Amino acid sequence: MKISRRKVVITGAGVAVASLLPINLLAQSDGQSAEEIIKEFTGGANIGSGDIMLTTPEIAENGNTVPISVESKKATAIKILALGNPGPDVVTFKFGPLSATRSASTRIRLRKTQDVLAIAKLEDGSFIQDIQKVKVTIGGCGG
Amino acid sequence: MAKGVKPRIKVPKQASAGESITIKTLISHKMETGLRKDADGNKIPQSIINRFTCDFNGSNVVDFDMKAGISVNPYFQFEAIVPESGEFKFTWYDDDGSVYEKTKKITVS
Repeated sequence: MKISRRKVVITGAGVAVASLLPINLLAQSDGQSAEEIIKEFTGGANIGSGDIMLTTPEIAENGNTVPISVESKKATAIKILALGNPGPDVVTFKFGPLSATRSASTRIRLRKTQDVLAIAKLEDGSFIQDIQKVKVTIGGCGG
Repeated sequence: MAKGVKPRIKVPKQASAGESITIKTLISHKMETGLRKDADGNKIPQSIINRFTCDFNGSNVVDFDMKAGISVNPYFQFEAIVPESGEFKFTWYDDDGSVYEKTKKITVS
C-alpha cells in the first residue's frame, strides 16, 4: 500500500484527538465540588476551630490505603474530605447515643499530595474543622 | 451479591458496665471506584459498600456514610459504651443492594 501524504496527516490528527480523550475523562469529577459538599453538610454556617483532632501520616507511601483517625469529644457527626481527590467526599461518621469517645479510624484513598479536611458537627449545632497535609508517593483511586 | 465478601469483627468478650470498649471491623470488598478502566478502555462501574452501621441492643452506636474514597477492604475502629450484657449488630450496605450482617455477644459484669 502506498502511503500518501494526505493519509499520514489524517492518521496523525486521529492519534492527536485520541490522546486527548483520556485527559478529558479524567477531568470529569463525579459531581459535587468540595465547597458544595461542605455547604450541604454545614448549611452555610461558619466553621471555627476547637476540640477536633485529625491524625494522618505526614508521608503516605501508598495512596491506596492511608490510615487516618479523627476525634472530637462533643461531635455528633464528622465529615472527612480529601480535597485533591476526583470525588472529595470520603466518609461521614455519625455517632449514636452509645458511642463512647466520638472517635473513629479508617483507611482512605488519596490520589496525590493534598489536604485532608475533617469537619465536626457539635452537639450545640456549631461546626469546627481540622486540616492536615498528606504527601502521597504513589496515588490511589485508579483512573 | 459481590463475591468473597467476608466481615471480620473484634469485640471484647467481657466488659464492666458503662465501660467504653474498642471495636474493630473489617469487611473484604473490592470497593471499585468507578474511575478505573479495563484492558479495553471501558470504565468499570462503581461498586462499593456505601453504609456501615453498628447497633447495641437496638440502640445506635455509629452510622458511617461511605464514598469511593474509602480503601479496599473497608476498616473501621471506634469506641462504644456497654450499659448491659447484650448483642452488637453490624450491618454493611452494598451498592448492588446486598446487606451483610453479623452479630457479636458481650457479657457485662
